[in-house]
Amino acid sequence: MEANTRSTGRLPAAFLTPGSSSFMDFLASHSPGLLPGNRPLPAVKGAIEIPHGTTIVGASFPGGVVLAGDRRATMGNVIAQRDIEKVFPADEYSAVGIAGTAGLAVEMVKLFQLELEHFEKVEGVQLSLEGKANRLSTMIRGNLGMAMQGLAVVPLFAGWDVDRQKGRIFSYDVTGGRSEEHGFAATGSGSVFARGSLKKLFREDLTESQALTLVVQALYDAADDDSATGGPDLARRIYPIVTVITEEGFRKLTEAECSEIVRAIHERRLQEPDGPRAALL
Amino acid sequence: MSTPFYVSPQQAMADRAEYARKGIARGRSVVVLQYTDGVVFVAENPSRALHKVSEIYDRIAFAAVGKYNEFENLRIGGVRYADLRGYTYDRDDVTARGLANVYAQTLGGIFSSAAEKPYEVELIVAEVGAGPEDDQIYRLPHDGSIVDEHGSVAIGGNADQISTYLDQRHRDGMTLSEALKLAVESLTRDNNGGERTLTAEQLEVAVLDRTRPQQRKFKRLLGRQLSRLLEDTPTGAAESGATESGAEPEGSSEEGGAASSES
Repeated sequence: MEANTRSTGRLPAAFLTPGSSSFMDFLASHSPGLLPGNRPLPAVKGAIEIPHGTTIVGASFPGGVVLAGDRRATMGNVIAQRDIEKVFPADEYSAVGIAGTAGLAVEMVKLFQLELEHFEKVEGVQLSLEGKANRLSTMIRGNLGMAMQGLAVVPLFAGWDVDRQKGRIFSYDVTGGRSEEHGFAATGSGSVFARGSLKKLFREDLTESQALTLVVQALYDAADDDSATGGPDLARRIYPIVTVITEEGFRKLTEAECSEIVRAIHERRLQEPDGPRAALL
Repeated sequence: MSTPFYVSPQQAMADRAEYARKGIARGRSVVVLQYTDGVVFVAENPSRALHKVSEIYDRIAFAAVGKYNEFENLRIGGVRYADLRGYTYDRDDVTARGLANVYAQTLGGIFSSAAEKPYEVELIVAEVGAGPEDDQIYRLPHDGSIVDEHGSVAIGGNADQISTYLDQRHRDGMTLSEALKLAVESLTRDNNGGERTLTAEQLEVAVLDRTRPQQRKFKRLLGRQLSRLLEDTPTGAAESGATESGAEPEGSSEEGGAASSES
């Protein structure tokens, strides 16, 4: 069969070989050059300046989970892009937000989305949420060589667990180490400030709309103290990307909805620039 | 040592075609119909796990009859082809025409290669467009030819008879419920002119629905939703036709979410 599959317009034999339901495994066997991890890296001295995405925050509430990201990409001390999108749907029931080298991160997300979709189409069922999270782990680990050269990608993964009927958040490190976060999580350069903000504002019994406000507050605080994180740009109407995943699936807030949340927060901050205050004791 | 008999090429091909046709004729039929909002696939298939109708890509679906392992192999090949193409170029660059061509070459190559047994399968590849005139339906018989179909098409055991029945009754601008009922009527007619009854449990139904807000337009119709569409009385359908077309996208996306969570 192998002999007559070349340049005949037929499906190559590799396409018709029963085997893995993973698109990445298929790529690895059929056209390994397309896999991100398989490129030879030139040796470079010092840091190279390329766009980096910054802060992603997530929080869970009883009916689901929210994931949001600011819109800034920086290149050294320059703002490379002020309206970059860093939060994407991974599939119907999960989303992924990325911090780190923008180009590699976007490619990783594209491949991750395809990996989940491919599995679903071939097998007829979706991967479990754990399975999806582990798959992402493998992909980050594949990028370790790049990460060692300063081209790291560190995502935050959130989804609705159909089996356990709750929203869950997973965070990663550059080596692909995965840990489930309970309640809230943040990644990227502004994550230190965002996490502080989330810690003081988060409660177990948030409603969906409170959780949405919470993540935008956290991004506001991150942008307040981290130069690489972009705050809401009211003049240009650039608002954070805010997504929510519930039993009904993934939903990205429209510009109007984001604008409403951002403006409410902005209005309050005109009186209290540091944002809401937590109780002292 | 016996000398092999001479077999004329015509005879050899005719034998192979006969072999493939017999295999295909043993299976139950699948019908594909255009309706206002897309393309509906209806198969008689009591199994919930082994599908005859499946999703290939955003706007493309696949239906097959014949030998399961052979068409399953082609289906997975098609998914790999589509996903790889979409990954290499763009999602818009994956077309039913391209896929149908590759399938035709594959089936044709296998059919005329003496070293392989011909595949006992017949396929349909359909793509839903922005409007009914942009919809594409390709039928791919076992020998690697391509037939560009419009309106309605049937494949499988009783295909000729069902096609004639559908051709006479199918018209443009049918609602989903009308198209579905016509499809089921056509499937219930068997060879000797008798009629059987088919319940929702014995049917595998899926649509490519252009009104779906999601990027992926393929959706299986299951359980309650399917029974509801099948039970719609003709007078009720005419009445609810207007309201249904307005209310459908919301309902379908909601049920779509539920359906994918189940499956």
